[in-house]
Amino acid sequence: MSTTTDPQGGTFRLSMLLNDSRYRSTTLQVIAALLIALAVGYLYSNLAANLKAAGLNISFDFLGSPAGYDINQTLIEYNSQSSNLRAAFVGIINTVLVAVMACLTATVFGVFAGVLRLSNNWLVRKLMAFYVEIFRNIPVLIWILIIYTVMTVSMPAPNAFRGETPSSSMLLDAVAFTNRGVYIPAPVWGPGSMVVVGTFILSIIAIFAYRSYTTKLLYASGRLLPRFWPSVALFFIPSIVMYFIMGSPIALDYPALKGFNFRGGLQIGAPLIALWFALSIYTGAFIAENVRAGIQAVSKGQTEAAAALGLRSGRIMNLVVLPQALRVIIPPLISQYLNITKNSSLAILVGYADITATLGGITLNQTGRAIECVLLLMLFYLVISLLISACMNVYNNTMKLKER
Amino acid sequence: MSDTHTHSVSFVRTETIPQSPAPSNAAGPVKWFRDNLFATWPNALLTIAALYAVFLVLSSTLPWIFGGLWTTGSLRECREVLDGGTGACFSVLTERWNQLLFGFNYPSDAYWRPTLAFAIMFVAGAPVLFFDLPRKLLIVTGLFPFVAFWLIWGGTIWAPVFALLSVIVGYVVYSRLVVRNFAAGFFGGIAAAGVFWWITSFIVPSLTPEQTFLEAVPSRALGGFMLNMMLGVTCVSLSLPIGIALALGRQSSMPLIKWVSVIFIEFIRGVPLITLLFVANVMLAYFFPPGSGVDLFLRVVIMITMFSSAYIAEVIRGGLAALPKGQYEAADSLGLDYSQAMRLIILPQALKISIPGIVNIAVGLFKDTTLVSVISMFDLVGMIRGPILASTDWAGVYWELFGFAALLFFVVCYGISQYSQWLERRLATDHR
Repeated sequence: MSTTTDPQGGTFRLSMLLNDSRYRSTTLQVIAALLIALAVGYLYSNLAANLKAAGLNISFDFLGSPAGYDINQTLIEYNSQSSNLRAAFVGIINTVLVAVMACLTATVFGVFAGVLRLSNNWLVRKLMAFYVEIFRNIPVLIWILIIYTVMTVSMPAPNAFRGETPSSSMLLDAVAFTNRGVYIPAPVWGPGSMVVVGTFILSIIAIFAYRSYTTKLLYASGRLLPRFWPSVALFFIPSIVMYFIMGSPIALDYPALKGFNFRGGLQIGAPLIALWFALSIYTGAFIAENVRAGIQAVSKGQTEAAAALGLRSGRIMNLVVLPQALRVIIPPLISQYLNITKNSSLAILVGYADITATLGGITLNQTGRAIECVLLLMLFYLVISLLISACMNVYNNTMKLKER
Repeated sequence: MSDTHTHSVSFVRTETIPQSPAPSNAAGPVKWFRDNLFATWPNALLTIAALYAVFLVLSSTLPWIFGGLWTTGSLRECREVLDGGTGACFSVLTERWNQLLFGFNYPSDAYWRPTLAFAIMFVAGAPVLFFDLPRKLLIVTGLFPFVAFWLIWGGTIWAPVFALLSVIVGYVVYSRLVVRNFAAGFFGGIAAAGVFWWITSFIVPSLTPEQTFLEAVPSRALGGFMLNMMLGVTCVSLSLPIGIALALGRQSSMPLIKWVSVIFIEFIRGVPLITLLFVANVMLAYFFPPGSGVDLFLRVVIMITMFSSAYIAEVIRGGLAALPKGQYEAADSLGLDYSQAMRLIILPQALKISIPGIVNIAVGLFKDTTLVSVISMFDLVGMIRGPILASTDWAGVYWELFGFAALLFFVVCYGISQYSQWLERRLATDHR
């Protein structure tokens, strides 16, 4: 029994390279490799010729030279004499800052809207559907511009807060919404404040420990201790007690109108707010759809079975519906986080100094090192998204249904 | 028995009582309101809060919209006419209508050309989108790219005619070779079309008369919503075949093909579109032969096509993975070779599963075409941010312009997503 592709008589003919299934895949790959090598060589020779004609070379020396521009919102120390590399780091930190903030709020918006889309209330259901459709079908770029315009055009100037009868007033005497950004009280860390912060972190750890202890106790003895109120108490009481024991080491520095502008407090610039809010409300609409799909994916029989076992509705949600819904919700949720990170590159539009605006914007324009800057920029985003994908794979593997 | 009964008991009814209507609180609008708006106390509070929110929004926007002015010449005039009252200044839309749609450089006597191309697009798209229409209409679809190119860019008619001829030559070669082998026909057809087009590209300049029938318009004159539409339509249609190829490549058993596809897809999906547009703007020109002068529009089309084909490839890969393994095995057992199995069995089913995903990508891509305003192309958003808001007449007319842009995108994107839902229902051939 020999198939048609078996060698016949051991003689090798050239046509066998394509027609013999033993050689065909190698032949095709060799051809593909040759074509790719040709294409790369062609592009590279073009690049070399163009660079030579323009008198350019590829070099990353510009990263060490002074940047020569200022950045309005930085979390690390930076001035115009700092190097381009440091400007890029400022950008990276700003990107991560806005991405993390937007991920948190987008999740809140999305879960809220997604759950309300399944509400019994017709009006609320329709309003949430309206929100989702409006935000999903209009480009995020337009939303960023609209919210940035609200922040800069519709907000009062600082001098509207001045005088005997000011036309604007601060919220609770602590928060001022101006067209230069939002001013909020800034914490001042006195001596001993680290003890309070340490206590707070310890109490968070204690909450998790307590909750895992109750679970263990439930499985071991069937006794269920209350969970919610002890967690709330652990969250607040130790830190507050420690705060007064250490003699109130953390003070708040309130913003106040001095001269033409607010001094003190923490200024959150209008670009950051616009970007943060637009990204979270836009992505929130997508997350809402994921949440809704996830909850609807849990079949009704599960809820009914749980009810037949005698579980109350809160327990049904916690023990039966949510664990199964989360398995469906979390993978698309993580890819939405990835989208937020990538969309945060639109910061350049409103002048927020993220990595695209510093490295890919001002540094690129000032040094003319287009190829190097764009490559570094892509490398940064690639690393971030590979990291997030790696997290997602780890999660998917742990959550995979253990099928027999 | 019953007989005796009817006669002996005179008060038994002989006919049924007519049905009485349900109690007023168990039917009709009252019941609907009770069930859907005021089921429980918290629910009622939620309804009232929602109603108040709707009232707040409408009470501030409706007077603004209906008090709007449509015919003034500048924002200052608007404010004089309104005299402190509430009202929008929609005059900016009427005055700058052509700029918003076509950009500020497109020759105004040629506006009918992109408009006509836009109208033909519906005829050309119809047979692709709706299967019930006569298949003859596909001829229009096939001719559309060449006609649209000629209408929008103008210039010599010989460039699109020779491009069309090279496609026909490619098709003839394909149909000759395909009887032997699909791969030979496919690659042979593409190669023949490419060679024919390359040769004729030397003839076209000599055929170009001094005065062409349609005035030539350079690419940088394109702008406004037209640019968004052109980028969206071109890039989505180009990226579909590339996406299919990449998805098949990713599933290939040949390691080289597989890894090239994986690296391409993951690289493109890992970086934001804006960095790819930077590549188009400042970097891509270095990779073309010196002096070829590939214009920005083409470079942007190349990068956006790469971007969307990577995403479409992932969607189609999902469709391929969702097919039961039995389908692949059935194709093998029928003795079909790779291309036959793919064309006749695997892809038709996989593409059907992927339609919702592909439409999502298309909608996302269409929205992302606004990003070209960052690299100083004057699309709809670019026109608003640049020439219009910077002009002395209309500096400060934010809401009307952004609202208009948002409305345009909403109409198109919402329409596409509704079409996709209709198509999904239409294609649901499995038994439920």
